[in-house]
Amino acid sequence: MEKYKFMHHTADAKFQAFGQTLEEAFSHAALAIASLMWDQDKIEGKLTIPIEVRGKDLQQLLVNFLEEILYLFETKGFLLGSVEDLTIHKNEGKFSLRALFIGDEYSSLYEIFGDVKAITYNEMAIKENAPFMVQVVADI
Amino acid sequence: MELKKINDYTWEIPKHADMKVSAVIYASENLLAGVKGDKTLQQAKNVACLLGIQRKAYVMPDAHQGYGFPIGGVAAFDGKEGIISPGGVGYDINCRVRLLKTDFYEKDILEKRKLLLSEIFKEVPAGVGKGGTMRLSRKILEEVCTKGAEWAVQNGYGTKGDLLKTEENGRMKDADPSYLSPRAFERGIPQLGTLGAGNHFLEIQKVSEIFDQDVAKIFGIHSLGQIMIMIHCGSRGLGHQVASDYIRYMENKFGTKGLPDRELINAPIRSDLGSRYYKSMGAGVNFAFANRQMIAHLVRTVFNKVMGSSEGMDQVYDVCHNVAKFEQHTIDGKEKEVCIHRKGATRSFGPGRKEIPEVYRGVGQPVLIPGSMGTASYILVGTKKAEELSFGSTAHGAGRVMSRHEAIRRFRGEEIKRDLERKGIELQSTSWKGVAEEASQAYKDVDEVVRVSHLAGIGQLVAKVVPLGVMKG
Repeated sequence: MEKYKFMHHTADAKFQAFGQTLEEAFSHAALAIASLMWDQDKIEGKLTIPIEVRGKDLQQLLVNFLEEILYLFETKGFLLGSVEDLTIHKNEGKFSLRALFIGDEYSSLYEIFGDVKAITYNEMAIKENAPFMVQVVADI
Repeated sequence: MELKKINDYTWEIPKHADMKVSAVIYASENLLAGVKGDKTLQQAKNVACLLGIQRKAYVMPDAHQGYGFPIGGVAAFDGKEGIISPGGVGYDINCRVRLLKTDFYEKDILEKRKLLLSEIFKEVPAGVGKGGTMRLSRKILEEVCTKGAEWAVQNGYGTKGDLLKTEENGRMKDADPSYLSPRAFERGIPQLGTLGAGNHFLEIQKVSEIFDQDVAKIFGIHSLGQIMIMIHCGSRGLGHQVASDYIRYMENKFGTKGLPDRELINAPIRSDLGSRYYKSMGAGVNFAFANRQMIAHLVRTVFNKVMGSSEGMDQVYDVCHNVAKFEQHTIDGKEKEVCIHRKGATRSFGPGRKEIPEVYRGVGQPVLIPGSMGTASYILVGTKKAEELSFGSTAHGAGRVMSRHEAIRRFRGEEIKRDLERKGIELQSTSWKGVAEEASQAYKDVDEVVRVSHLAGIGQLVAKVVPLGVMKG
């Protein structure tokens, strides 16, 4: 199964990310976002950053999760290479997510070719059964 | 969806279903065919359903599908009973354009333009993956977000004259950074004084055509071949974070039920949350004002160094493209305060409005419309008629027709650079892939966009400029 694919959208970057589990689809969505800014396959796994986000529903959880990539990049120069140990929990109707972001700090070895401004709710879709799929439009 | 032709450049979606007002689109047949191909019209219809919307929902000639509101969308909401929506402003709060004139001519800089461009490239950080030259404390950033370009001028970046020729004089008075999240500050701190990537750019241009000599002269544009500097950038991560934060706060407070698109989330304008968004957005606007003020100063420094002088490098204007503001407009024959949302649209006030600089009050404000990378840009003048037709607004750029992904697939940055060089345009960029994304073929024809603006009467042609050097972030 492919991890993600980009689709036609005039202004912004629209993609679908796939997985055998919802967790896997979320992880692949993170890679799709990274791929808009740098080549995530070339990022050395020197740093591990544990992240934890919450959301009042799955869509908000997904937005908050993907926003972490932008936040860590802009404030710490962190380039995401891969995602590990992603878990999603539902508690009293609210969602929480934990994961490990593996990557490296920016240096001139890496090429940054794009800027993702924000994760939007526009045309967002989450398919909650196998094969799982999340669809996201990023503002770039 | 029914679309009624009003005249060759004006179309209407009549009020139906839940629409509170009709929607009007300014486009030629050709541009209209483009917007029919995406979700622009549906999005305009959705905007026309929002609480307190006044007169009509407007769509500018360069419109394309956005998220929630279309890009190139203008909507005014009742200043007391209406709503305010972060999606109606966009994530890149106060993404905008500044134009500086110079008294240099093409012949003066021909030999030095490579050097000029590479020096500008050194001085003005693109700021992607690496921040600007300064690390600010939170306290200073609060001051930046309160005072905007005034802060920059007080700290040695540019002159008071620049402030007089900036929308809002470079400072949104109602801004209040105390409503910003810690993350907004964290994202803002490394990015002040940086250009950013994506469609943001800095160009050395020459005047190639003057359509209205008298108005051009008032704007400081006196001759063909005159060198101009155009800077296009926004509020960077700080503004993006404000938008994301307030979309989340509004969702948590009001829920998303009944919204045709979650990005249309909004708050009553007079509610606590609505007011906090407005003041935080103002802080983002001010960050962008200060940012561009600093960049303009750095460009002048480079001219001083390379050309021996920056004399006569006065600001023409600095206009907002993504903003919400309170303005007075005539609705059903009565003066009324409304909250205008311009998302990917430029204010286009005609003569007489008190909001525009005194020197321009006799003719109308300059409207700056950048083209795509390597193509022409235009200077227009606002019109009285635009107030009736579009709440004093017009287009903001070329508008994309192709996704960035598709552009990367089709074009190569190296080839684009060679093509531009053949046309006599120098290009500097941090990334080839970034250049490919911004290929001019991925955009609408800016000539057609400004022609429609002119003929529809919402912004009239003054001058055309073409690039000699482009720095893409």
